[in-house]
Amino acid sequence: MLSIEVEKRLPAFTVTMRFDAAEGIVGVFGPSGAGKSTLVNMIAGLLRPDRGRIAIGETVLFDSERRIDIATHRRRVGYVFQEGRLFPHLSVKQNLDYGRRMNGLPDNPAHLEAVLALLDIGRLIDRRPGRLSGGERQRVAIGRALLMQPRLLLLDEPLAALDAGRKREILPYLERLRDEAGIPMVYVSHHAGELRRVATSIVRLEAGRVTETGGLDILDRIKADDLA
Amino acid sequence: MFDLTPEEWTAILLSLRIALVATAAALPFGIAVAWLLARKQFWGKSLLDGLVHLPLVLPPVVTGYLLLISFGRRGPAGSFLYETFGIVLSFRWTGAALACAVMGFPLLVRPVRLAIEAIDQRLEQAAATLGANRWRIFLTVTLPLALPGVIAGAVLCFAKALGEFGATITFVSNIPGETQTISAAIYSLTQIPAGDAAAGRLVIVAIVLALAALIASEWLARRANIRFHGE
Repeated sequence: MLSIEVEKRLPAFTVTMRFDAAEGIVGVFGPSGAGKSTLVNMIAGLLRPDRGRIAIGETVLFDSERRIDIATHRRRVGYVFQEGRLFPHLSVKQNLDYGRRMNGLPDNPAHLEAVLALLDIGRLIDRRPGRLSGGERQRVAIGRALLMQPRLLLLDEPLAALDAGRKREILPYLERLRDEAGIPMVYVSHHAGELRRVATSIVRLEAGRVTETGGLDILDRIKADDLA
Repeated sequence: MFDLTPEEWTAILLSLRIALVATAAALPFGIAVAWLLARKQFWGKSLLDGLVHLPLVLPPVVTGYLLLISFGRRGPAGSFLYETFGIVLSFRWTGAALACAVMGFPLLVRPVRLAIEAIDQRLEQAAATLGANRWRIFLTVTLPLALPGVIAGAVLCFAKALGEFGATITFVSNIPGETQTISAAIYSLTQIPAGDAAAGRLVIVAIVLALAALIASEWLARRANIRFHGE
């Protein structure tokens, strides 16, 4: 359903990527500097490829030949950033409502309740982001992206800023998200163990290129020291 | 001793009205210019920056005189405003507000610009991925996060407008009830032999107003900080 064919010249290296991903959670794996964030930023529309095509199913987000380049705010691609990026001046509730309001979606209390329960963030709703722990912040960021009802959810190293304990706290929520939300996702990580738990297929990147695509068995062939 | 005469009250109320109108009128332009200077690269940016700061370094009389020749009834901008909208600025309180707005403008733009520069632009990117277009990003993320700077700038502009003298008196003169602000009234009173007591009263009023503006700005900025950081 996700179809990528992009080329982008960057100061450090040139990104040339081509792959088609199945339903489920695509785990994008690679060391830092492999072009993982470049890839998700191009899918989100925050970075413009020099050439190529990006499509989610029948929806074309970018096509240089046909001069299609849908603006970021019209892509309906949810993005969970490494550092959460919650709006500090808004309450948790207002953060969660932001995407729904900006997309002109009707108020949907049932959906909100379901997301609050899924991520176990119901009791945080009146707080400001400044008073949340790192793990809580990340869960709210995931909820905020889910509530805009995205076509695709991008998660860029969502656990990288957390310590081991917090990672263990969030991983079960990510597994539930995969099993219950029914939204296709791209999950970026340099951590094979994390991907083994949440991903359903793997795209392996190195130095701006796709080196392998396929099932989780790709992770088994990676050197033990990468598994950390 | 502290009974203010009707003339003094007139000058005080007129000063407050002029300063309020000047600040309100300068605010949207000030925020727009601050945003441009903080976020955009364009040809003539240093020129715009210089132009904004010019009233700060020019002798106020020069600024007033420039306003007079461009916004006076026969000036290019003044005759345009009169013929199209019937607006007269010279020797009116509205002209005093224009002079004060121009003089306060650099003081308004600077803190707003610094506040916008300090905003983490990654929050604006996040807003875009959540479906906000540029204008809504500005209204829902940039502007609220820059609010402490906007408050600081507005208060500085207001305080400057309250005390402005040189440009105002050059552009709109010193007409009691129309353009005679507190500063102009004090100046007039110092020119007559028995004016000391009245001048003293107005001086105290000016100090009280300036202090009140500063305290109000501190309080507002602290409230904004509490809202943002929950502390």
